[in-house]
Amino acid sequence: MKRFMKLLLPLGLMAVFVSLPFGSAFNSPGTLNLLALCLVFAGLAAGYDLLFGRTGLLSFGHALYFALGVYVTAILMRQGIPLALAAVIAVLCGVVVAAALGAIALRVDGIAFSMVTLAFAQVGAILVARDPGGLTGGEEGLALSKGVPDFLTGVANTVNLYWLALAYVVIVLAVLARVVSSPAGRVLAGVRDDARRVGVLGLNPYSFKLTAFTLSGGLAAMGGVVYVLIVGGASTHVASSELTLMLLVMVVLGGPGTKYGPAIGGALFTFLDYQLTGVADSLPGPLSQPLFILGTVFILAVYFFPGGLAHVTALKNVLPRYFRRVS
Amino acid sequence: MSTIVLLAVTGLGLAALYFLVASGLSLVFGLADVLNFAHGLFLSLGAYATWVAAEHMSIEAAIAVGVAVGAGAAVLVELIMIRPLYTRTIEQVLVTVGLSMAGVALLQAVFGADPKPFPRPQWASGVLEVFGARIPVDRFVLIGAALLVFGALMAFLKWTRYGLIVRAGVENREMVTALGIDVRKAFTLVFAIGGAAAALAGALAGIYFTTVSPATGGSLLIFAFIVVVIGGMGSVPGSAFAAIAVGLLQQFVNYYGTSGAGDICVVALLAIVLLVRPKGLAR
Repeated sequence: MKRFMKLLLPLGLMAVFVSLPFGSAFNSPGTLNLLALCLVFAGLAAGYDLLFGRTGLLSFGHALYFALGVYVTAILMRQGIPLALAAVIAVLCGVVVAAALGAIALRVDGIAFSMVTLAFAQVGAILVARDPGGLTGGEEGLALSKGVPDFLTGVANTVNLYWLALAYVVIVLAVLARVVSSPAGRVLAGVRDDARRVGVLGLNPYSFKLTAFTLSGGLAAMGGVVYVLIVGGASTHVASSELTLMLLVMVVLGGPGTKYGPAIGGALFTFLDYQLTGVADSLPGPLSQPLFILGTVFILAVYFFPGGLAHVTALKNVLPRYFRRVS
Repeated sequence: MSTIVLLAVTGLGLAALYFLVASGLSLVFGLADVLNFAHGLFLSLGAYATWVAAEHMSIEAAIAVGVAVGAGAAVLVELIMIRPLYTRTIEQVLVTVGLSMAGVALLQAVFGADPKPFPRPQWASGVLEVFGARIPVDRFVLIGAALLVFGALMAFLKWTRYGLIVRAGVENREMVTALGIDVRKAFTLVFAIGGAAAALAGALAGIYFTTVSPATGGSLLIFAFIVVVIGGMGSVPGSAFAAIAVGLLQQFVNYYGTSGAGDICVVALLAIVLLVRPKGLAR
């Protein structure tokens, strides 16, 4: 019974999201497309939080694994390989590359780890932009022209893309819930809070960190597969370090290390970014830049809402605490 | 032969830029444990301040204005944004990430996203003939500036009281604090030095690339990070050696291999250094 009660909230939420397209407010293709994008980034942010919020690893290279998912799928499908096979290969690529690069990057910890992951991801960004062998299409990107199954093409089928994105979020959240409640998940929390102590207890923090890094890379690649189907192509932007920084912002705004915080942050950030871009031209000065507004909000959130949306603290304590630290 | 000389000097010029950005980053990181993502913003600020000031005065004075703006911005950032989060490393990184996002967007809103042509001083144009290679003078300007900054930094670290505090703080910050010295003043100072060096790099990058755009800082910053890690964090000579290695490797491989291969080789070098000496070359 208790187990059932615990599942009630996620199942209820899922039911709401599954039935959203049946409401008239949401069933226009444009809205569904935006919602699908929000869901993909919700899943990505949640997957990134496995590193940042759960394991305490600040990776600046998450875009690489997402881009692998996007580009491997797009490239393989252009070669005539069916979607299902291309998707599996893309996710495997994400897992293998994450395992290999993680094994090197995790030799250093703390901030150095962040810089190394950033450098590795930069290679991905360079490769994508330089268009080796005409594979990635360079700055122009790749369009998914053929091989997409019928039920995912056409304006009328946008709803299927939405459900696909929803399925992705559900998978990510389910995997995370499973990992976090497992003994390994508790070790990850231990690594985050005090890696040396985990070592003293006879466990190897390195292998646990590598597992989390690999799993997170695989989830990101999976997100890439869904993303390429929703957007209908790949562009250099998905490999950029800005994308990783945006994921970081999403997680911090939502609440790192919480159950739904990162996903909410991801969806909300994507939605706001999109909406702000829409109204940007009518706003004066720096407000016309969505990233200016979101960056400022992010900075304020770090000072005043350290736990993100999931832990909004009483406002009245916030300013005195800041000034106490300044003086 | 002349190609090799040209590539070597150009590579050293690039290394000079990397060093100017990386030296400040490395000191800030070594002393205060702050990975400063906004360092690229100081660079862009310096470049744009120089660009604006150059309309009203000589380019030399404009560069001085740019450097002052960079140093001032760095001090403000340290006092207002970094200081309240002292010892909370991750949050400091997050704040500088937000700042770099908002700052670049602000620059874009004010100056536009397109590259602007950068004024070119008389003394940096023209070519010089060395061993049969015709080399643009701006490379030598970059190298000279980096050598000057390197000398000044080493002298500061070695012979001044604050330099001593900075060196001691990089080794063991708690001990310095325990001896009754306020390390925070040294933080602010190091930020100012780093900001000034980055702004100088910005102005010189403007001369070198002939344009300035809001994205200049970010793209140089990533290689500066690589230089810092390879050189060993907190070590100025380490940054200098690593900058030279990275600049030369990048230039030669990009010329003899396909374009872009040099950038990838640099990252491979980083991976190798990490596998062999995880603490960097200097440690």
